[in-house]
Amino acid sequence: MSPLCTAVHNELNKERGLRKMRFFKQGVKKEHGKGATLYFLFPVICLMLAFLILSGCAQAPAPIAPHPQEEASAEPVEKPVEEAVADKYIIMATTTSTYDSGLLDVLLPAFMEKYGIEVQVIFKGTGQALELGQRGDVDILLVHDRASELRLVEEGYFSDRHDVMYNDFVMVGPAADPAGVKGMAKVTDAFSAIAGGGYTFLSRGDDSGTYRRELKIWEKAGVSDFRDWYLSVGQGMGDTLRMTSEMQGYTLTDRGTYLSLKDKLDLEIVLQGDPVLFNQYGVMAVNPQKHAHVKYASTQKFIDFMMSPEGQDIIASFRIGGESLFFPGKGIKD
Amino acid sequence: MPPLLEGISEAFYLILTFDPYLMRIVFLSLQVSGTAVLLSTLVGVPLGTFLGLKPAGRTRLISKLLYTLMGLPPVVAGLVIYLLFSRMGPFGVLGLLWTPAIMIIAQFVLALPIIAGLTMIAIRSRGKTIQETALTLGAGKLLTAWTVVRESRFAIFGAIVTGLGRVIAEVGAVMMVGGNIAGRTRVMTTAIVLETGKGNFELAVGLGLVLLLIAFIINSLLYRFQEGGKNSAW
Amino acid sequence: MRGEEIILEVQNLSKVYDKEVLKLEKFSFQRGKIYGIIGPSGAGKSTFLRLLNLLEPPTTGSIYFKGKAVSMNGDAALAVRREMTMVFQKPLLFRSSVSENVAYGLKARRFPKEKTQERVEILLAKVGLKGFANRNAGTLSGGEAQRVALARAVAFEPALLLLDEPTANLDPSNVELIERLILDLNRETGMTFIMVTHNIFQARRIAQEVVFLHEGRIVEVGETEKIFTDPQDQRTRDFVEGRMIY
Repeated sequence: MSPLCTAVHNELNKERGLRKMRFFKQGVKKEHGKGATLYFLFPVICLMLAFLILSGCAQAPAPIAPHPQEEASAEPVEKPVEEAVADKYIIMATTTSTYDSGLLDVLLPAFMEKYGIEVQVIFKGTGQALELGQRGDVDILLVHDRASELRLVEEGYFSDRHDVMYNDFVMVGPAADPAGVKGMAKVTDAFSAIAGGGYTFLSRGDDSGTYRRELKIWEKAGVSDFRDWYLSVGQGMGDTLRMTSEMQGYTLTDRGTYLSLKDKLDLEIVLQGDPVLFNQYGVMAVNPQKHAHVKYASTQKFIDFMMSPEGQDIIASFRIGGESLFFPGKGIKD
Repeated sequence: MPPLLEGISEAFYLILTFDPYLMRIVFLSLQVSGTAVLLSTLVGVPLGTFLGLKPAGRTRLISKLLYTLMGLPPVVAGLVIYLLFSRMGPFGVLGLLWTPAIMIIAQFVLALPIIAGLTMIAIRSRGKTIQETALTLGAGKLLTAWTVVRESRFAIFGAIVTGLGRVIAEVGAVMMVGGNIAGRTRVMTTAIVLETGKGNFELAVGLGLVLLLIAFIINSLLYRFQEGGKNSAW
Repeated sequence: MRGEEIILEVQNLSKVYDKEVLKLEKFSFQRGKIYGIIGPSGAGKSTFLRLLNLLEPPTTGSIYFKGKAVSMNGDAALAVRREMTMVFQKPLLFRSSVSENVAYGLKARRFPKEKTQERVEILLAKVGLKGFANRNAGTLSGGEAQRVALARAVAFEPALLLLDEPTANLDPSNVELIERLILDLNRETGMTFIMVTHNIFQARRIAQEVVFLHEGRIVEVGETEKIFTDPQDQRTRDFVEGRMIY
C-alpha cells in the first residue's frame, strides 16, 4: 500500500468515530440537496415568467383607450343595452373583398376618432362570416349576400340590418379574350360561351358572397356540366385573381378587389354593367336576444355612423386610381 | 426588377428600418409562440420524463397517442379549439376567441406532444440508467428526477426548440382561433397569407425573411445542443 | 475478521420475469467481508445484486438489512440505500466535472460543503486521479471513469458496496488498481463488498468468501480457497476448473 493511500485511510479513519454517526444522521434527515431546490424553483420561475408574458400579451396590443373605465379584458362584459358605458372595441366579421379593397382603412379610423371604439376585423368568406355571427362569435357583420342576410334576420339571428352600400361584380379575363366575351351584354351568355368553348374559368369555391353569386349565374345560364376547364381554387378573392392572371383564365370578381390589385394583374374587365351583377352590402348586428354578451350598444353606434351622411360620404368618396369602388346606400330594388 | 428580388430588397429596408407594422407582428409572434412553448415545457418535460422512465410496454398506448399528436395538423387543432371556445362551445363564456390567449392555447396543444414525446424518447434511451445511478448514490425522489432531467438536458432543449420551430411557423391554428385581427392577433404567418392575398409581396417577403431568420436561429441553437450533447456524452 | 455480525440477509427470495431467474431460501452476508458471486451467464448474478440494492422488487421473499426487513418504498428504502451503493459494469458519469461526480452522494446527504472539496481531493488522490477534479467527466477513458465511479461510491462511506463486474473490459493496470483499492478499503474501513464477477481468477484474488450461483440457485458457498481447491458439488468443480461452457 502506498504511503499516500495510508495517509488517506488514516485521514478517513481518524474522522470516522465522530463523524460517521453525525454523517449518516444528517444524510437521513434531509434528502434533497441543492439540485432538488433548483428542481422546485425552476417551474415556479417559469410559471411567473409565463404569467408576465401572458398578461403582456392580453394587454399590449390593445390600443390606448380614451375611456379608461373599462379594464383591458379579453372577455366582453355583459351589460344591459341602456347602460351607456363605451366598449373598447367591437369585433366585425366581413368579407375578404371588403377587406382587400382598403375601404375599412379609411372608415374605421374615422369611427374610432368619433366614438373611441375600435372595430377589430375578421375577414372570411360571406358564408363563414354569417356562421360566425350566428354562433355569436362576433358582434357585427358587413357582408354581401342579401337574400341570406334577410332570411337570417327573419330567423332572429341578426337585427338592425341596413343596405349600407353597393358595388358590382365584373367579369375579368385575358386581354386577348379567347372566349369572345367582350361586347356581350348578358353575363349568362358569357358564362355559356366559356362553358361551351371549355375556356379556363377559376372559381372561388369557398362559400363567399362572390361564389354564391357565381353559382346563381351558372344556374341561370343553364350550365351544369363542369369539366376540367372549371377550377375551384378555394381561395380568397385576391389569391383567385392572381391565379387567374397566371393561368390567363376568366373569373368573376367584385370590382373593388380587382381595382385595388389591377396593377399587379395581367387581366382586363371583359364584361360589366349587367344588372345581375349588382352587389349589395348589408351591415347588421348580432341579435342580443340570441347572444346576450354581444356589444349591442356599440354596434348601434357603428351602424348609425355607417348610415349617417358622414359615413355615407366616406364610402362615396373612397377611390382607387380615380375610380369609385363603392356607392352609398341601396343599389337595387326589392 | 423581378418581384422576388424587389421583395427582398424592400424586405431588408423594412427590417433595417424597424418598420412598426412589421415589428409589432414579429413581436406578437414571439410572444405567443414563446409563451405557448414555455407552458408546453412546464407540462411536457415532467410528463415526458415520467413516461420515459416507465417500462415501454406499459406506456404503449399513450406513446402511440403522443406520436400521433406530434403530427397533428395545425388546422385540425385550430378547428377543435375554435369549436370549444366559440360562444356556442363549452368554454364560450370565457370569451377568449380572437385573443392572443387562445392562440397560446392552440399552440400549446401543438407543442405539447412534441416536447413530451421527444423528451420521452430521450429519457427512454438513457433515463433508466441515470435514475438507477442516482438512486444507488442515495438520491431521494426529487433529486433523482432532477438528475434525470439535467442529464438529458441537451435532448430536452432539442425537444423544446423543435416545438418552438413548429409553432412559430404554423398558420392554420392561429388563423382559425386568432382571426388575424390587425394589431391584435396578427402574427407572422397569418400576415404573410394576408399580404400575399393583397399582392403586397414586399411585406410578405419581409415577414418570410424574418421567419426564416428566426428558424435559422432556432436551428442553430438546436444544432448547438446536439453538438454539446455529443461532446460531453460519455 | 469482524466476524459474526450479519449486515444483509435474504429469505425465500425469488424473482420471476418470464420465468423464474432467481430462487434463494436463506442467505446471510457478514459485515466486513468481501464476497465474490460467481457463476455462468444467466445464473442470476446481476438480478441478485439488483434485488439487494432495491433497484427491483423481489417477486417473493424479503431482504433484511442490519436485522430489519427492508421495504421497497419511500423513506425506509431511501434510508437503506443511503448505507449501501452499487458500482455498475459500465458506470454512468454525470455530464459535469469529475469533482461534481464524486461529490454527488455527499450532496444528496447534505454533507457540509466546506468539507466536500477536501474529501473529493482525498478520494481522487486515492484512485490515482489527482488533478482531475475540474476535468469534464465526458473526456475520461474507460478505466479513469470506472475509478471516478468507485470514488463516487465510497465517498459517503457506505457500509456495503455492491459491484457488478467492476473491471470487465478494463486493461490489466486498471484492474490491478481497482482490486487493490477494494482490498485496501476493506482492510482499513471494514467496508463490506459483494462483487459479481465472471472472472474466477479475480474472485480468487480478492474474495474471502465465494458464492456459486447456477440456474438461479445457490449451489455452494464457502471460503474462497476451499471452493477453488475442494469444491463439494460437481457443478462447482466443473465451473472453477473451466469445464462449464457458458
